[in-house]
Order: sequence, then C-alpha cells, then structure tokens
Amino acid sequence: MKKSVFFGALTLAGLAAGAAAAGTMDDVKARGKLNCGVSTGLVGFSAPDANGEWGGFDVAVCRAVAAAVLSDPSAVEFVPTTGKTRFTALASGEIDLLARNTTWTFSRDVDLKFEFVGVNYYDGQGFMVPKELGVSSAKELDGATVCIQTGTTTELNLADFFRANNISYEPVPIETNAEAQQQYLAGACDVYTTDASGLAATRATFENPGDHVILPEIISKEPLGPLVRHGDNEWGDVVRWTLNALIAAEEYGITSANIEELSKGTNNPEINRLLGTEGTLGEMLGLDKEWAKRAISAGGNYGEIFAKTIGENTPVGLARGLNAQWTNGGLMYSPPFR
Amino acid sequence: MSKQIAYVRTEMLPQQAPPSTSVGAIGWMRANLFSGWLNTAITLVSLLVILTIAVEILPWVLSPTWGGTSLNECRELLAAADHGSGACWGVIRERWIQLLFGFYPPELYWRPILAFVLLALALAPILFADKVPAKLLVFSAAYPFIFPWLLWGGMIWGPLAAAAGFVLGAIAYRVVSGAFSSLLGVIAGVVVALLWWLLLSGFITGLLDSILPIGLEPVESRKFGGFMLSITIGVVAIACSLPLGIVLALGRQSDLMIVKYLCVGFIEFIRGVPLITLLFVASTLLNIFMPPGTNFDIILRVLIMVTLFASAYMAEVIRGGLAALPKGQYEGADSLGLNYWQAQRLIIMPQALKISIPGIVSTFIGVFKDTTLVSIIGLLDPLGLSNAIRADANWNGIVWELYGFIALIFFFFCFGMSRYSMYLERKLQTGHR
Repeated sequence: MKKSVFFGALTLAGLAAGAAAAGTMDDVKARGKLNCGVSTGLVGFSAPDANGEWGGFDVAVCRAVAAAVLSDPSAVEFVPTTGKTRFTALASGEIDLLARNTTWTFSRDVDLKFEFVGVNYYDGQGFMVPKELGVSSAKELDGATVCIQTGTTTELNLADFFRANNISYEPVPIETNAEAQQQYLAGACDVYTTDASGLAATRATFENPGDHVILPEIISKEPLGPLVRHGDNEWGDVVRWTLNALIAAEEYGITSANIEELSKGTNNPEINRLLGTEGTLGEMLGLDKEWAKRAISAGGNYGEIFAKTIGENTPVGLARGLNAQWTNGGLMYSPPFR
Repeated sequence: MSKQIAYVRTEMLPQQAPPSTSVGAIGWMRANLFSGWLNTAITLVSLLVILTIAVEILPWVLSPTWGGTSLNECRELLAAADHGSGACWGVIRERWIQLLFGFYPPELYWRPILAFVLLALALAPILFADKVPAKLLVFSAAYPFIFPWLLWGGMIWGPLAAAAGFVLGAIAYRVVSGAFSSLLGVIAGVVVALLWWLLLSGFITGLLDSILPIGLEPVESRKFGGFMLSITIGVVAIACSLPLGIVLALGRQSDLMIVKYLCVGFIEFIRGVPLITLLFVASTLLNIFMPPGTNFDIILRVLIMVTLFASAYMAEVIRGGLAALPKGQYEGADSLGLNYWQAQRLIIMPQALKISIPGIVSTFIGVFKDTTLVSIIGLLDPLGLSNAIRADANWNGIVWELYGFIALIFFFFCFGMSRYSMYLERKLQTGHR
C-alpha cells in the first residue's frame, strides 16, 4: 500500500543531493553549513540541550571553525556519530570535520588516512574507587574487580598496566558509561576505570561524590583532538590554525570580553597578526583577515571554553592540569602566528 | 404396596438468590483465587510479592521532583520533602518534547502531529472496514504521498510526480492489457512508471518548482529523532513489508523457477543476516560504495533496510498461512475457473492472511521495537536520545526515569497493536476451528 513512500522520499532525497566534491572548504562555503561530527553524547564535550542546541567542549571547536569560515558560529550541522560510525562518516565525506573526543594514534593518522590537526584535550586513563576501600594508589589494587568498557583502548591499557605491575584483577565487562555508573554504585566492582575526564564527570553525578576518590595514577596517553580527511591540506590548515588561534588567544590574553578593543590595534605585533590588523595571515588561509577574531568571539579563547564547559566551576569540574598553557606548566602550546 | 406419603409440596418454592459466597466478588475469588489449598497458597504468595514490589517502587515513582531542573536539584527536593530515594521526574518534564520529536523545529511540530493524525484517518478504513465508510479508501491511497511531504516538506510537485507515476502505470496497464494480454499490460505499466520516475519526473518537477513554488519548508532527516523517528520507521516498514512479504511468499511457492529461486535466495539471505549488520551496511558501507558527494538520505537508507528485513520475515509468516490452507481450497478455486490472481485474491489470500494474523502482528511489533537499533548508527531515536540527555551535565546519572518513560510509550503502542490483532481475529472468526 505504501510502497510509494519510498519514491516520494527518494524524490526528496534527490532534491537534497549535493554537488560532487571540490575542495572541502569550497564545499562548506557553497553549502553555507559546516557538517561537524560529534559524539552522540558525552558530558561536557557534546550534548544537546532541551531546545536541541548542541553545546560542549568539542562542539566549541566546530563552532569556532564555522565562525572562521562562514562568519556564523551557528552555521553548523551537527552529525551525531558513535564510536563505530565516526571514521566512515569522515572518510565518506558525510562530515567535514570530526570533533569527537578521538584519541590521536599512529594507526588512525597513518593507516585510516586521517589528519589530526592538533590536540584540544590531553586525557589519560584513571581509576576511581570508593573511599572506604582505603586505597591510595592503583598499585594496591591487587585482586580487585574492575568495571571496564569492552572493545576500547582502555581495556588494553588496563591489561598492560596490571601485567607491568605484576598484580591481578578481575574484569567486569560493561557496555556504556551509564551502565558502568550503575554497576559501580551497586558494588558490582571495586574499581571503575575510564578516561580521567569521564571519571570526573561520573563522580560529579554521585549523590555523595566525596565518598569516592580518583587515584593519582594515569596509565595511558589519550590526546584527543579534531581530525579531517587526508589529502585536503588547505582544509586541514584552516581547522588546525583555528584551533591554534583559540589556544594562542589565551596565551596572549585575548578574551571574548576584550577582543573588540584589542582588534583596534595593539603594541603586540603577534596579537595584531592574529586579529588581522597587521599582516595577511587570513588571506594565506584563503579566508579574510578577521577569521581568527570571529573564531575567538564564537565561544571565547581556549581557556574560556574550557572553563565554560568542563572547568572547575562546572559539574564536570576538571582542573586544567596537562591542559594548561605551556607558560603555566601545561602542554597547550600553539606555534607562532607569523 | 402403596406407601403413606406424608407431605407433598404443591407449589414451587420462590427462587432464592444464590448464596453470597458463590456470587459477586467473593464468589469470583473463591472460584478463581482460593479454590483449593494449593491455589490459596499461590494466591497469598503472589499477593505478597506484588505488595513488596509496590511498596518498593511506589515511593520511588511518587516522588515530588517534577519541578527539578537538574539531578542535584531533584536530590535537594527529595531531601526537603524528607522523601528518601525517589525518581527525578524533572528530566521528563524538561525533555519529553525532545523525546517525542527529536530536533524537529518546534514551530513545525504541527506537521508530524498532523501526519500521524491523518495516518489514523488513513488506516481507519483498512483496520475497521465495517465501521468506516469505504470512500475513505481514496484518502488511504493518497496518504503515502502526503506522509513524506508533511514530514520532510519541500515542494508539493515531488510527491505529486511520484503519484503520477502510478497513475501513468495504471493507464498503460489498462490500454495494453485491453489490446493485448494482461502480462504485457503489467510489463508496460511497470516500464512506463519507471520511465516516468527515472527520466521525466525529475525534469518536470524541476520545471514546476520554478514556475509554481508551492510547498512546505523542508526539514532535513538529521532533525528527525525521538519517537517521531521510531514511528516513522515503524509505520513505513510495517506498511511496506506486508505487500512485499505477500509477493515474496507467493514467489517462493511459484512454479516459475527464476522467480522462485530469487525469492528463496532473498528471504534466506535477509533472514540469515542480523538487522544490525544491515543497518551498518546502510550507514557506512553504502557511503563508501557511492560516489563521493552523493547525498543519499540516511533515514531513507535505514527505511529500505528495515523494510527488506521485515518483509523477509513477513514472507515466511504468510507462507505458513498458505501452507495451512487445505489443498481443497486451491482445487476449489481452480474448479471455479478462476485464474491465478483471481484465486489468490478471492479465495487463498483472505484465508491465509486470516490464519497468519497473530504471526503478522507479532512481526509488526518486533519491527517497531527493532527501530531502536538505529541508535547504534548514530540516529537519535528515543534510546539514542536518552544517552544524549544523560550527556547533559544536569541529567548525567539518570537512568531509570528515562528508560521507564520510553518503555511506557513503547508498551502503549505494542499493546495497542496486540489488542487490535485479537479484535481482528475475533471479528474474522468463522468457526472453522
């Protein structure tokens, strides 16, 4: 009876069909929208609010790039991707940019033919235990039952860590973070291990967060960053330098509050070059001279975005730690704008 | 010989009410709950279990947290009311619209609502054929073109052109089958319709769009979500899989070898592959096969896969109904001089479908529930949305409230379908069993 629904919808799909790919930047400009792959939901990093507006730390990267290229931070089409669909979505061109707490690894960069443009969050795998267990170091976890998400790098890291320290553990496999919270609170496992940012976010939701401690050991390197397809270097440059602009803006003290004033010209040539009052950096990227100004105005500089979405005053409550500017002992270091 | 008879009643005693222990609630309980020591024991134990569960769950359900705006505020509300542990219903208050409509633009909510109200209207003459005027069937036939237009929007000419294909095909069938044979008519009808859809309709709709731009604001598939997405996928898959399933079931029993083996191959292949695999093919593999830049709508891809999946199962259910018919029915149809299609339409299918009703409906229910699998490929159906809602820092840590709400709505739909199938079975009951 309703076989024809197909044809109706097919026609509609046909109407929406886009033109074949030239450069990604031309595509994005022609479309007027940036297709940005984000997580289907990760506290602090990407989540839709009640009105369907996406927000979060990864989402802010998408908005900054959209502001730089399209002059409109809301000109983003957010494509929710899962851990399984994210790479095909990027490889097939369904999305222009993937900002989905994705760890920069050798094989993803080289074998999967992607281009990580930088790191927006240095994460690492940690452990959370109930305080009453009286454990102060992960090396004391001999014989513990550990809740662990299956099929992730965390599972392999865990095995490596326990083997290297010659202690034993019993894994309790779980599928999602929500399930892990329930299992851990119900006492099905002594320890919950995942990325430290995830642990902090999980602990913040507990009725008595003070009853649980996150152990000091970080057992893996998880540099998370946005990535684009291999082979379109102009587009990769745009995303890379947009991210760098956010990081550099914090270093130079450019905030969303004083950017209007600073963009009238300052004594600092680096700021002037970044904000387009000196030099032609924007033109080299194929954008106009105010690209970085728009990107920073979209959500503030790196530090402001961090504070707004996952910083210490948010429910997630993450300290800057490794993600502080290099001038403050962190790893955030933007190459010079020259 | 004769005995002395002491007393003979000469009139009937007036009827008395039955003893109070055998009628009414008490009688019912005696008969059904306490009819023996074993049943009494089972009743008491069951009551105890139900009571325990109710005592555990009711305080949790009846918690004064409707106004909460975050999990922590819910906890404060609970503490203020001295309530112990309880559900945090604030999340449902804040997000129920999102759970129903996903990211559909709020000012356009009337479109999916209208689409589903009209769906009920279009289904009425089919589901309740004896109570609704048959003239409504015209609307039912038009509905498949109205439905996507309302949901996705766009120019009105697209759906009209799609409908025109069917009309042209029907005309071609009439003309050719009148002049030559009915087989040639079918072939001519299909060819004309395909030619129209593939070659002409795009050009003509493009022309009409530019001359007379009548239409609704287009809404992209990415905006679809929540129950609207589930119901859309479910309705389309259910509606398309039944006719496809009938065709496949008939094809599988056909004497034409190629048709038969095509149908067998299709059915066995689809049934041998999990739905998730098909969904991954739809979401990722097709992307790689198609030329870069092609924009083949993700929901359309999912719709096609779910429909194919459901139709393979439907075919086997209907084949079961066909197999249950006595051979005499087929022979009776032949002896009346009916041709194949007449026999199927008038004698075989009505009976076979009636036999298969429970199987068909349970396949429908299964398909509707399987739509939640699309959350795995990143579509935000109710389950996918529940994950996204938990990713909001305010609601992180909420589990049962969301799943309970979603389960309740799914139960509402599935129970409705199940009840309807029982009604239909009773209505079509002709006493052969």
